[in-house]
Amino acid sequence: MQVNEFKPKIVAFCCNWCSYAGADLAGNNRLNYPDNVKIIRVPCSCRVNPMFILRAFQRGADGVILCGCHPGDCHYTSGNYYTRRRMALLFSMLEYLGIEKERTRVEWVSAAEGAKFSATMNEFCEQVAALGENKRLEDLRCKQ
Amino acid sequence: MQTVTRNQLVEKAKELLNNGTVTRVLGIKKGEFSYDLTPAVFTSAEELEKEFEFNGFAAANFSKYLVKLADGEGKILVFLKPCDSYSFNQLLTEHRFNRENVYAVGIECDGFADYKKIEEEFNDGIKSVEFNGEKIEVTTLYDGKKELAFADYMLERCKNCKTKKIAAFDELLTENSDETKNTRFEEVEKLEAMTPDERYAFWRNELSRCIRCNACRDVCPACTCEKCVFNNPDSGVENKAIQNSFEENMFHIIRAFHVAGRCTDCGECSRVCPQHIPLHLLNRKFIKDINSFYGEYQAGAEVGNRAPLVNYTKEDIEPKDAVGRGSEE
Amino acid sequence: MKKILKKNLQNLFAAISKETDLFLPVLNSAKNAEFKKWTEGTEYSEELNTVRSAKDFFFPQTENICDFKTSGKNIEIIENSELPENFAVFGVRACDLKSFEVLDNVFLSEPVDSFYKTRRENAVIFTMACNRPKETCFCHTFNINAADPKGDVECFEDETYVYLNPLTQKGKDLLNKVTSALEDETEEPVKKIKAEIEERLKNLPLYNLSAESFGSDKTEEFFNRKEWDELSEACLGCGTCTFVCPTCQCYDIKDFNTGHGVKRFRCWDSCMYSDFTKMSAGQPRTHQKERFRQRFMHKLVYYPTNNNGMFSCVGCGRCLKKCPISMNIVKVIKKLGGTANG
Repeated sequence: MQVNEFKPKIVAFCCNWCSYAGADLAGNNRLNYPDNVKIIRVPCSCRVNPMFILRAFQRGADGVILCGCHPGDCHYTSGNYYTRRRMALLFSMLEYLGIEKERTRVEWVSAAEGAKFSATMNEFCEQVAALGENKRLEDLRCKQ
Repeated sequence: MQTVTRNQLVEKAKELLNNGTVTRVLGIKKGEFSYDLTPAVFTSAEELEKEFEFNGFAAANFSKYLVKLADGEGKILVFLKPCDSYSFNQLLTEHRFNRENVYAVGIECDGFADYKKIEEEFNDGIKSVEFNGEKIEVTTLYDGKKELAFADYMLERCKNCKTKKIAAFDELLTENSDETKNTRFEEVEKLEAMTPDERYAFWRNELSRCIRCNACRDVCPACTCEKCVFNNPDSGVENKAIQNSFEENMFHIIRAFHVAGRCTDCGECSRVCPQHIPLHLLNRKFIKDINSFYGEYQAGAEVGNRAPLVNYTKEDIEPKDAVGRGSEE
Repeated sequence: MKKILKKNLQNLFAAISKETDLFLPVLNSAKNAEFKKWTEGTEYSEELNTVRSAKDFFFPQTENICDFKTSGKNIEIIENSELPENFAVFGVRACDLKSFEVLDNVFLSEPVDSFYKTRRENAVIFTMACNRPKETCFCHTFNINAADPKGDVECFEDETYVYLNPLTQKGKDLLNKVTSALEDETEEPVKKIKAEIEERLKNLPLYNLSAESFGSDKTEEFFNRKEWDELSEACLGCGTCTFVCPTCQCYDIKDFNTGHGVKRFRCWDSCMYSDFTKMSAGQPRTHQKERFRQRFMHKLVYYPTNNNGMFSCVGCGRCLKKCPISMNIVKVIKKLGGTANG
């Protein structure tokens, strides 16, 4: 079926201190994750403001995932606690506007969790692939 | 119908001007018709006598004007309805004006009329509107006089009035009340109960009417940024006009998100929208979520409260458990 | 003069639609009127004012100008304007029709705006006389007669019929193609309608509003009036008045970076905005008072100065209804206009 051939574009915002290192570890351990996940490194998950998420969709992402340190482990003490609230509200709002909730996710991945990083990305990719292309938050001007 | 009368307000204002408590009065000026009232500053008893107006259409929230006006010479008198008083506190919490320069008189509120609803009733020119107890007497240009029940023609925000308590004042002109009502989330719940497709269709229909006049933003007492990202060519997201559905969604999501936790639910955004987009349903979704995720919170209930988005607890709900919770309840 | 039974209007719309795209005012889900393309079953709304005026047909809120693509050192320019073929608009009111004249003076004078010109030439305008002008109507102030709306085809209505009177070649040509839907009629019923409307206009609260004291070369007289402070003090700086206004014509040209090219588009701009005509040195009008004054001076003084005394307000009354703080041109005229308005 066509759905299986569809390769979604995924943007992953990863915090510099945990999740980005987790992605590195996944690589070192030869763990696979899909090449259509594009990682954007941010100093802290808290750096990601709602506009980043929307802009990722605008520029063609089919799913956006935000990864940070586990709550309590933030390099800046409390950044990810704010992220948690912000994204809970933002994603809930997107769902309220009728945008599929499976397109967005927050996951806490530590520097030691290469395996979790790889598993999360594989799973998220499948989940978004099943939904098909992002239509509801797309900007046609940005399509090639 | 307002229990507080225009004359009561004028007398109070004159008294405070005369005894030197204030030098200026923030009030509402008469227009050509009964509904086109404009906020204005009065400095003398004569002006007040001549032009001050207060009737069932005087719904404007005064608090945002204080950001600009509280800097003037001497104190300014402001009449605070319950809605205004929450915005007042919220602005103080954000240090947007100097409390010392303001003299606040609390006035009770019985709700305001929605001119649009009255107008829809007739498809006719409306010569005058008189408020008389529970009735509104409308004189039309071609169909004579009609009587309407005030309760049926209230602004949405007044129909679902969250509270009649005045949260900030130096002096009360009338009794303060503790009356609260909890009907304001009903519309949000209805939307939550829909399927994502239905919700998407609902919001497309509403938001596609947006003409990006920015009235919702500019009237909002929580929107007091010196420079909005949407007006700033350097922000990368500036947009003067909406090009497509994405930009409609983006503007309205960001607008509502930026005031999330600070929005007092005064309803001005929906009142002024020239296209009658129910913008309060976006703000109320955030308020409802905040209440259910992090505990009841009313922005502006007290000065100095920490807004939910600049606060946290270690046990906060995870986004994946939070999303869609409303629709599953 | 032709006529058609009101209940058969849909037949006329269907016949016109066969010839050309037809737009008409329709009530939307918020019970506001807006111009929509007619398709089977679309109901015509008698509402006087659509939220966005009919200028949208010729000067849309946003329109593509062109795309750019770069490859190496080359820039490719791709034309992508979406200019409509012939189309007809039904139910334009006299005030909106007059606004086209105001816009013509701007867009059709040198250098001619080719997009605007094409759209203007491709349109057939059916006007409709206003049987029930509203309290906010003051077109009479600007010598517009709602009882005699002009246009390519002028239309009148009573309880049972709509009367159509083609005035231009374009209008005649189109009506000739749909004659099967129409009946012939004499001038008599329309005369009666006109007389009735004229009587009604006289009873409007703003009928006697006069803009006489404004006009060409009055800049010095009005620019430094102290009343501007008071008039503008409550202004929020939103763009509602300019976006619902049928004669506001300011626009901005913007580039949007799509990630693989650039889209250049034109969109409405508002002199009420803090970033209006912003240049490297900033925005020339630094306070809301100056922006507010600009808007009304433009309507009542600058535009007449450049256009033989013609005002760029048509008295449609949209801003009276839509301004969040109810400040509007009527209040400005009354405040500054002196004795003419008591």
